[in-house]
Amino acid sequence: MSEWPLLSLLVWLPIAAAVGLAVLGQNQPGLVRPLALVATLVTFALSLVLWSGFDAGTSMMQFEERLVWIAAFDIHYHLGVDGLSLPLILLTTLIGVLIVIAGWQIGERPHLYLAAFLLLQGLMTGMFAALDALLFYVFFEAMLVPMFLIIGIWGGPNRIYATIKFFLFTFFGSVFMLIALIWLYLQGGSFAILDLHQQTIDLNAQVWIFLAFLIAFAVKVPMWPVHTWLPDAHVEAPTGGSVVLAAIMLKIGGYGLVRFSLPIVPDAAAALDWLVIGLSLVAIAYIGFVALAQSDMKKLIAYSSISHMGFVTLGLFLAFAIVRNTGEVTGAGLGISGAMVQMISHGFISGAMFLAVGVLYDRVHSREISSYGGVANTMPWFAMFAVLFFMANAGLPGTSGFVGEFMVILAAFHANFWFAFVAGTTLLLGAAYSLWLVKRVFYGEIGNSAVAALKDLSGREWLLMVTLAVLVLGVGVWPWPLLNMMEVSVQNLVEHIMNSKLPG
Amino acid sequence: MTIAELQLALPEIFVLSMTCVVLLADLFISDERRGLTHLLAVLTLVFATILTLRVMLPPGEVLVAFSGTFVRDRFGDVLKVFSYIILAGVYVYAKHYLRQFNLFKGEFYTLTLFALLGVMVMISAGNMITVYLGLELLALSTYALVALDRDSRYGSEAAMKYFILGSLASGMLLYGMSLIYGATGSLDLAAVSAALGDGVGDSMLLTFGLVFVVIGIAFKLGAVPFHMWVPDVYHGAPLAITLFISSVPKLAGLALAIRLLDNGLIGLHSDWQGMLVVLAALSLVLGNVIAIAQTNIKRMLAYSTISHMGFLLLGILAGTPEGYAAAMFYAIAYAITSAGAFAVVIMLSVDGREADQIEDYKGLARRNPWQAFLMLMILFSLAGIPVFLGFFAKWQVIAAALQAGFVGLSVLAVLAAVAGAFYYLRIVKLMYFDEPDQEAPISAPVDFRAVLTVNGLAVLGLGIFSGGLISLCVSAFS
Repeated sequence: MSEWPLLSLLVWLPIAAAVGLAVLGQNQPGLVRPLALVATLVTFALSLVLWSGFDAGTSMMQFEERLVWIAAFDIHYHLGVDGLSLPLILLTTLIGVLIVIAGWQIGERPHLYLAAFLLLQGLMTGMFAALDALLFYVFFEAMLVPMFLIIGIWGGPNRIYATIKFFLFTFFGSVFMLIALIWLYLQGGSFAILDLHQQTIDLNAQVWIFLAFLIAFAVKVPMWPVHTWLPDAHVEAPTGGSVVLAAIMLKIGGYGLVRFSLPIVPDAAAALDWLVIGLSLVAIAYIGFVALAQSDMKKLIAYSSISHMGFVTLGLFLAFAIVRNTGEVTGAGLGISGAMVQMISHGFISGAMFLAVGVLYDRVHSREISSYGGVANTMPWFAMFAVLFFMANAGLPGTSGFVGEFMVILAAFHANFWFAFVAGTTLLLGAAYSLWLVKRVFYGEIGNSAVAALKDLSGREWLLMVTLAVLVLGVGVWPWPLLNMMEVSVQNLVEHIMNSKLPG
Repeated sequence: MTIAELQLALPEIFVLSMTCVVLLADLFISDERRGLTHLLAVLTLVFATILTLRVMLPPGEVLVAFSGTFVRDRFGDVLKVFSYIILAGVYVYAKHYLRQFNLFKGEFYTLTLFALLGVMVMISAGNMITVYLGLELLALSTYALVALDRDSRYGSEAAMKYFILGSLASGMLLYGMSLIYGATGSLDLAAVSAALGDGVGDSMLLTFGLVFVVIGIAFKLGAVPFHMWVPDVYHGAPLAITLFISSVPKLAGLALAIRLLDNGLIGLHSDWQGMLVVLAALSLVLGNVIAIAQTNIKRMLAYSTISHMGFLLLGILAGTPEGYAAAMFYAIAYAITSAGAFAVVIMLSVDGREADQIEDYKGLARRNPWQAFLMLMILFSLAGIPVFLGFFAKWQVIAAALQAGFVGLSVLAVLAAVAGAFYYLRIVKLMYFDEPDQEAPISAPVDFRAVLTVNGLAVLGLGIFSGGLISLCVSAFS
């Protein structure tokens, strides 16, 4: 255990830097970008310290910090990490650095742009680390504010519609969670998430709470049919916004399901797993087809994200069916582990794809697939990276995209052949829409004069592409560190959710 | 009447004396030196704060004076202190406005101080007559304030409407009180409560009286369907007066409800709870939905007030100490936030024109980044987004309603909050996403900007560190 309040530093350092940027930026424009970079790099380094001090052999919360926050309601400022939240925190701090580098050339109020991202990063880290339900909710909601501004100020032509839709959808979902949390507090007298995990609740109430949580997190994931805000938000958001949205914010829904829905109301989750599995399969297959039909690159990636996040929700809820079929608890963790890996992997891949589109957009100012053609001729290095990322998106073995999908499909076989069959269609569909995009954008004849005039990657873009390529391949070839980090926690979660929490 | 009793009422006596001093002194102050009146009024509030804080009662202790007509308790002390502080802020905001619109007169100060005295009397009322006296003192001062700009047609019209409807509501309240007096044989709230506990009184008569009392309270709070006056008065009154009406009297409305319904009529809780449920549900829905259609920010904030009063009622209707504490927190939070919102409207009002169209907010983030940011926090607080003050107010009243078993009403409340978020976001959109019509920053005096900064940061700071204020409110009812 470290003497330093590491988690608090991870949360508050970026927020403090954000305040600093907003205040200094007006008068010292030259300092803005270096300061933001230093802040994110220090935060990332601290998160590596967190990782090195993390004991993967226990499912207990580590690096805990606990202070009284609102005494009258026994609410605490309570932070801690386990194997489920640590990978997501590492992902957040890493993406934070990449965002600052990617946003280096933003011309419009750069100090506020970077401040909003740093604020967002701090809030997201806080949410992943929160062990008090109300604290979690505060972070969960507060992050809407910077994201609202990011899309609204630095977004595309239709940004206002997109950002208000994003805000209201998420706000709508989360208020139900608030009611569920207050209800749980009134029953059990505690907002501590670990206490909620132990609280006995009768089935009827569990079902309602499950549905309330599901609305909140399904909007965030997003699951079909509440996904419609995502393509709008993605298309209109600036590159950095799209990256954060895809790489981290979508994971919040998955994380919420792992941290709240499964352990707090396991009986309702077991009873209603068909609902989530059904919606996930619809997302995987149907949204895969929708992605195929897109002519806008960002929209295509957005739909691809929804389809891939379907794997996350599918993997998380397979455990019950596996145990019902095989009676084994040990194998049931496969789906959850797969879902967790898929979240991290999708964080890298979707982030990388949006950055790749950003590279093109910065040069040609078009997201339409038809505006391109033969980019590989003028930007060979860029094409190499982009093809790698799109192949990873299609689940190519050897990339991180393969690991998560493979694990979830394998788990699906244990649960039900048809689940696996439908989920398997993504191998086809994912390959189809990814490769078709690659073909139309990167290969063939040079499409037009704009493409002919393209310059290959700058040093800054090289840095981004190489970093993400290393991660995508690294996790694909050697996923052990990631799996090891979460294994004990996942196993503990599976054992926990197999115990009924019904009273008496 | 002993010295000890007089000491209990020292803040009221002080404010009354000082109001008379201000009234007289202002006669001898020339227009150029009107700032002295302002200073005197602010000093009155400062000393009143000191006087009240000096003998702040510990939780649970209740002292009565003047044969039970005057009650001093922690609830009252906390509310009074917040009334002084918020009114002091209102004075600073209002001074800037009044100067610009040639309304900088002593009457504003004497009338608001009399209104404050009315608020204080209501807060400390132990008898229905005291309640009524305080209420009328507040109401009559406010009617006159609405008509402060006597050349404004809208102002006169609003004052007339307010006066007629307000008198009607006061009459109903008085009628309700007389019925309850008839049933229980007493006007003393403690005695009424005891009588109800013993089962004294004809239940038909009591229910009848209760209905009228609740109507009176609902009118003062501006709850639907007794809200008709709110948009017109907010719109018609000069901005400084709207600012005042939207802040301190809300604390009085809360005190009115708690003194009458809890201290006096808690024996009829099951009856008034049902009435408040209807009032709350209607206010939440109607306030938020109609606010969406407004293009005038004063009217929009008026409908927003109506919905906020719906939230406030959620806390009161629970009828528990937790619920009252939540409602009290809500009222204080709302008064602070609303004062900040109107302050920004005042700041934008230049060249003798009130900036009451939402279009006036276009591109504010470019013209005045800091003030726009403060307004951003205030709007998100009103919408109930964490980590701002408004969120902590909302979740407490929802918790209180859930505890009382109103799951459906709580769901309705949060859905109303989501609908309401839209019109607050629209202002944020105008401030941050649109380009300004003109680039020059809007200037305001130093004291104005300082108070606005404190006000905006309080919305953030009291949210992040809400534990203290929550404990204070909880301690007022333990």
